[in-house]
Amino acid sequence: MSNIPADLYYTAEHEWITAPDGDGVVRVGITDFAQDALGDVVYAQLPEAGSSYSASEAIGEVESTKSVSDIFAPLQGEIVRVNDALDADPGLINSDPYGGGWLMEMRPSDADAVQGLLSADDYSQQVG
Amino acid sequence: MNSTDTGVSRHTALYGEHEKLGAFFTDFGGWQMPLKYQSELAEHKAVREAAGLFDLSHMGEVRVTGPQAAEFLDYALVGKLSAVTVGRAKYSLLCTEDGGIIDDLITYRRAEDSYLVVPNASNAPAVVAALTERAAQFDVEVADQSVDTSLIAVQGPESEAILLWLVDASQHQDVTELKYYAATDVLLNTSVGPIDVLLARTGYTGEDGFELYLPNAQAAALWTVLLDAGKEVGLTPAGLAARDSLRLEAGMPLYGNELSLQTSPYAAGLGPVVALAKKEGDFVGRAALEAKKEQGADRKLVGLTGQGRRAARSHYPVTVDGATIGEVTSGAPSPTLGYPIAMAYVDVAYAEPGTTVDVDLRGKPQPFDVVKPPFYKRG
Repeated sequence: MSNIPADLYYTAEHEWITAPDGDGVVRVGITDFAQDALGDVVYAQLPEAGSSYSASEAIGEVESTKSVSDIFAPLQGEIVRVNDALDADPGLINSDPYGGGWLMEMRPSDADAVQGLLSADDYSQQVG
Repeated sequence: MNSTDTGVSRHTALYGEHEKLGAFFTDFGGWQMPLKYQSELAEHKAVREAAGLFDLSHMGEVRVTGPQAAEFLDYALVGKLSAVTVGRAKYSLLCTEDGGIIDDLITYRRAEDSYLVVPNASNAPAVVAALTERAAQFDVEVADQSVDTSLIAVQGPESEAILLWLVDASQHQDVTELKYYAATDVLLNTSVGPIDVLLARTGYTGEDGFELYLPNAQAAALWTVLLDAGKEVGLTPAGLAARDSLRLEAGMPLYGNELSLQTSPYAAGLGPVVALAKKEGDFVGRAALEAKKEQGADRKLVGLTGQGRRAARSHYPVTVDGATIGEVTSGAPSPTLGYPIAMAYVDVAYAEPGTTVDVDLRGKPQPFDVVKPPFYKRG
């Protein structure tokens, strides 16, 4: 059974998203299920901070020795920060997918947009 | 248990051992095989730095015996197997009359009149069928022993030390002096009793290592004994994911990726394996292979190394100025080297090492340099 924290939002593309913080910023990563399916991550290509994307746009990718997966913008908005630690240690995505293995932070154009994402229950049913 | 058993693929005699170790399974050539146990990167690294333990029991084992065994294999395969010394092995190809590759395989000469042919798992039935058909006019027996035979590989710099802990003292010298592509019968002294194996110094990882052939009945016992013996030097069970990244770094072809019925051995860089000049007699595929050699290949198998960090993958187009000039057959980020490596067939005009080409990485061309494999060579 993969770990699906109840306090996060999810997408069908196996990304997790936090609720917006005081500045309206959300943090994004890939789920435990996704990292497990992908295998040991050896490279994460992340978008550039400052760039803006529409929801579901492919904005980067995560590579293991066996395969590669797209990273999608879960919501429309601007990337405000990416996780530079992944450059030296992409394995954080496997070892700590909801913590040190986060991918990026973004400011959604619509702060309420997270409400339209999957809940932990919804996502559990998808990967169950 | 992490297996997704479809109910159609077969289990090796070691399946239960893999389950105990928590393996993730995948279907490979009709067999449920361990893809990885814990981390494929750790398994890859263990083979490069210490040792890895592989179940290769899905591979086929075909015994060819009889007064005309050597003559028969000279006819059935593209190599000159009659020139192989007893105790040694040879890499060869089984081709069709059209010169297409049915399989690439290793053949051990066990005695003057006895050979062991080892085909790939998915090709074993086709190899058995072709050998049986081709044997009709020879005084030989072709016996498929695949179902009864297990194959365990110990690969990596610590392999010899691990084997020596188990091999009977009277045979230590046989092991230390065993040459690459040679095999010998040895007796292993284990906590569960003596086990006889055929010990070959061969592998598919680019490291020193051994492959052990034995009857199914003792496979699980030997697997456990080897894991115990190798534990203190870092022996790690390793799955097909690591096996694939290791063989790619070593520049070794994989049937189904680099080789197929449509592949010319000359395009694949396997011209030297085809003994056109060394064999006087006819062999299956000879006329077609002579023509292919004469004609030359349009495309050639090359190595590619990425200038960036994104990896090329199987079937990605190789381009120059936007025009497709080839196709990637295998590709991955190299765990040992830290940059992307790939093998690809490219038009001969771009096959020279040092040439820069692009690989279309899902819509975005990225520069790769043509190199001559292997990418990794042990020190």
